[in-house]
Amino acid sequence: MEQKLRQVLDKRIKSAQQLKQFRQTLIDGKGEKRITVSVCGGTACLALGAREIVAAFTEEIEKHELQVKVEFKETGCQGFCARGPAVLVGPQKIFYQKVKPEDVPEIINETVLKGNIIKRLLYTDPATNQEITYESDVPFYKKQTRLIMGTNSEIDPTNIEQYIALGGYSALSKALFQLNPEKIVDEITRSGLRGRGGGGFPTGRKWQSCRAAEGDIKYVICNGDEGDPGSYQDGSILGGNPHSVIEGMIIGAFAIGSHEGYIYVRNEYPLAVKHARIAIEQAMDYGLLGDNILGSGFNFKVTINKGGGAFVCGESSALIASLEGKVGEPKAKYVHMAEKGLWDRPSLLNNVKTWANVPQIINKGSAWFS
Amino acid sequence: MDTSLDFSTVQAIIANKAVKVEALIDSYADKKEQLIALLQDVQVEFNYIPQDVIIKISQKLDIPLSQIFSVATFFKAFSLKPRGRHTITVCLGTACHVKGGQRLVDKLARDYHLMPGETTEDEKFTLEAVNCLGCCAMGPVVVVDDKYEGQVTPDKLDKILKKYE
Repeated sequence: MEQKLRQVLDKRIKSAQQLKQFRQTLIDGKGEKRITVSVCGGTACLALGAREIVAAFTEEIEKHELQVKVEFKETGCQGFCARGPAVLVGPQKIFYQKVKPEDVPEIINETVLKGNIIKRLLYTDPATNQEITYESDVPFYKKQTRLIMGTNSEIDPTNIEQYIALGGYSALSKALFQLNPEKIVDEITRSGLRGRGGGGFPTGRKWQSCRAAEGDIKYVICNGDEGDPGSYQDGSILGGNPHSVIEGMIIGAFAIGSHEGYIYVRNEYPLAVKHARIAIEQAMDYGLLGDNILGSGFNFKVTINKGGGAFVCGESSALIASLEGKVGEPKAKYVHMAEKGLWDRPSLLNNVKTWANVPQIINKGSAWFS
Repeated sequence: MDTSLDFSTVQAIIANKAVKVEALIDSYADKKEQLIALLQDVQVEFNYIPQDVIIKISQKLDIPLSQIFSVATFFKAFSLKPRGRHTITVCLGTACHVKGGQRLVDKLARDYHLMPGETTEDEKFTLEAVNCLGCCAMGPVVVVDDKYEGQVTPDKLDKILKKYE
């Protein structure tokens, strides 16, 4: 117990400088691992047998003693579910689709060890009948600029270090030490970011009124109760890159002066619930959540609430009723949530994807986003 | 399968459950706003929400019975009737519906006498119809317990269900 406690204490990052150093050690620590193999572990790929493929890779990598050379990971949803299970071999990102466990030894022998491409596993463009080797050339990906989901294939969602290595939590450190709450709200307002849950309400205006609202206790809420058929952005973000959402929430909390946050996720997304829960624990261990975040003196904690399977709870007043342990029925909103929300206190409620946008806007500036 | 248990074992199981319920409710003593989470835990423990547990929660946490009842009946995740050992979830979201999800529900009604929300007489299966599980590309989707099955046809469904006892 004592040892565990010490380990946890040791992990805590106590300043912006330490975070920077830690990131550098993570990048340097990769050393010889020049080849990456990432198996998509999103809901669809898992259902199509990704777990067996992960097991096969782990076995093959051990057999060939490639642990030092190959960085292997199971990631969140990579996007192209119709062609799952998907395997990406980096750094060039060779895209293999509909992979079966039997294909794994060949991928290791041919592609990883010799650099040969296995034609049989490539994606064929139905329009031109051409085989496509790299992920970036697949028409489905080619026309997208994937700001939020793009890094999913590089991150193991259950490992905070991989998020930090890719620049994660740098926006938080910028917000805490280089900006002040007014500036953050200003930046979000000027970026023109709007509610990504579909409502499209200007996010900056919401933040502004919540910041201005009177009350010493305020709440930050993340709405992950999406229920629109065929849209699973919230599930994929929370399952694939939960730290981007948490980082956004901490920045939002700092901007409006809140110390408590809730993530409300659908019960039907067990993967999102699990990964978000692990992410919160790890962020606590690393001193990125909890008391005195990064040594700034700012405190913030996040709790996960699972939905009860009611479609209407994606609506903000119903969601808040459900958080309060009541029947999730919508109410007439004569007063904005920003002024009177959870427990009748000012509450800042945004969609998962809206939160995930925040770190990038803070890092790259409002002009870049707008 | 030997299902006979002697009386003292049964008593021990019941007593054990009662202790667990007490402990569970006590762990929510200072956070009664998390009623939904508590009910979710009860649901996981018993596979349904027994009447005596509702009464106990009401007494221990000082929440009106009517409020617990309204929450327990409002959310789809809760059931007031015992549920089967396995839960079959059939997706009827738009994409799965188009690809034939309804045929699976029809088949279960016809061959297994199982309607959405209900449990088979032998308490083996409970059927849930849901809207979108977030993997439309492989529709129609059926989940049995935690295992996802894609592109399910009525014939394939038979084969899948045979695996469960």
